Amino acid sequence: MSENRGSVDLTAGESVRSTKERAIRGLFFACAALSVLVTAGIIATLLFDALDFFTQVSPAAFYTGTNWSPEIRPYSYGVLPLLTNTLLVTVLSALVALPIGVAAAIYLSEYASTRIRSVIKPALEILAGIPTVVYGYFALVYITPALDTFLPLSTFNALSASIVVGIMIVPMVSSISEDAMSAVPDSLREAGYGMGATKFEVSTGIVVPAAVSGIFSSFILALSRAIGETMIVTVAAGMTPQMVTPGNIDTVMFESIQTMTAAMIQLGLSDVPSGSTSYQALFAIGLTLFAVTFIMNLLSNWVAARYREEYR
Amino acid sequence: MAAERDDASWFGSSNTTGYWKGRLFEFGCLAATLFGILMVLALLAYVFIDAFALFEPQPAWLDIGFLTSAHSRFPERAGIFPALVGSVMMMLVIALSAFPVGVGAAIYLEEYAPDNRITSLIEVNIGNLAGVPSVVYGLLGLAVFVRFGGLGSGTVVVGGFTVGLLILPIVIISAQEAIRGVPDSMRQASYGMGATRWQTVRRVVLPEALPGILTGTILALGRAIGETAPLIMVGVATTVFSPPSGFFDRFSAMPMQIYSWVEYPSEAFQYGVMAAGVVTLLVILLAMNASAILIRNRYERR
Repeated sequence: MSENRGSVDLTAGESVRSTKERAIRGLFFACAALSVLVTAGIIATLLFDALDFFTQVSPAAFYTGTNWSPEIRPYSYGVLPLLTNTLLVTVLSALVALPIGVAAAIYLSEYASTRIRSVIKPALEILAGIPTVVYGYFALVYITPALDTFLPLSTFNALSASIVVGIMIVPMVSSISEDAMSAVPDSLREAGYGMGATKFEVSTGIVVPAAVSGIFSSFILALSRAIGETMIVTVAAGMTPQMVTPGNIDTVMFESIQTMTAAMIQLGLSDVPSGSTSYQALFAIGLTLFAVTFIMNLLSNWVAARYREEYR
Repeated sequence: MAAERDDASWFGSSNTTGYWKGRLFEFGCLAATLFGILMVLALLAYVFIDAFALFEPQPAWLDIGFLTSAHSRFPERAGIFPALVGSVMMMLVIALSAFPVGVGAAIYLEEYAPDNRITSLIEVNIGNLAGVPSVVYGLLGLAVFVRFGGLGSGTVVVGGFTVGLLILPIVIISAQEAIRGVPDSMRQASYGMGATRWQTVRRVVLPEALPGILTGTILALGRAIGETAPLIMVGVATTVFSPPSGFFDRFSAMPMQIYSWVEYPSEAFQYGVMAAGVVTLLVILLAMNASAILIRNRYERR
């Protein structure tokens, strides 16, 4: 596909033709290059306002402050409550999604027949396709009242939002983990059976350890998705930034919190004037969020790439 | 996947606890697989029951009046029409902007790109863009289209371009897969006839890859129709009372309208109007996904 075919054609139209070919090639290259421009654009726009913000509020005050109040005087821009609230939702949703996702992947890869798999896989994809604002509605209107019958829940709370975020990211964990498990060579399984191992022992003792970097990569990616998830936590978890410490997790998870993304939505909907410190705080949170998720995505790629080298 | 084996019969009764442990594990894994699916199915059932008021004496919330009227403070009169029109117009902008650019990028990467560092940089970058939180795309749209481009806060083009950028990586990746599926022998035959690369792409590769490209694009548009966070960031209104009259007009979209109803605590809004809005959005989404699957099945080569 890469050899030069132009030299064969010696007709008079050749130069016109190759100019046109080159223009078309350039056009397609521009389309592909746009993706790099988008990344550069994201970084530039975030940095532009975030750096301005950091000249007014020191990064130390931003990242160690424990009070977040960008709209009500006295203004205070400590991002730690938002960070710990994001972390709380991420951990709680991981407790839901990781075990379920891995178990689902083991079932699909080791136990399910082709027919069952062809039904369950698209069904799982539907979970990933439901708009997050709808998931937020589910959490607020159905999950919270159901849990409220036996737990001391507020109307807006971290727990129901986290459960639903967990359900949303299950397909991500299960599909990437399943790919990793399916890539484990059959010879390893057969060696296990040859040693007299049961299917349970082969699944948990051979396939899962062999696929562990792929599974790990799916965890990182899913956690990154949970960190960046916005509408579920905005609708169902509320607008109350709370400093989470190891001592108060057990009560805060039943209460209203505010994650970084939800704080961005609140600022986006508010009428803080463009160019003000509070407006620029939006970009400072955005930059933090982008940096965290970007590093996690790179990390996940790297872990997955290590895995691929082993079996190919 | 691997060879099935009846454990118990090999080792006699001494291994039955292992057998039951295995069965229990299999059952646990199956239960986990079904947990999310069944839970969402149950929630969907609740929404449908609420939207059509199946177990209540009152008329259904989701009716023709809901689809054709604007928002109202009174739940009985509240509707989704302006947001529905806004969503459709935004999808038009997304399709017209993201589709050609995404397919162009995929053609470049699959048919033209040399195997060098710039190409691999673009590839890695597309993968990473797919993982950027949608709310961050909202900030990009705000900075580039509203403040720098001057296209007006909360207009249809700004919303469409912003969400278009968001789904661009998905369109590129799925179009790449479709193009990669075209057998190389067809390209060779075309070149053998003396066709240029562009002629080969236009007359051979694209027609062959089109069903796959369309499937991926429709699925990406399905993702786009539910996006809310980036729209909030570029200043799209949560509620408007008339549909946009043009592409440079301010608008609202269906998920925005649903989000705005969260603020109405009355039961009629929570379990009635909001359920009706959710069902409308999901029906349109499912129709799009179904058409994507139909296209895939119709043209699947076996």
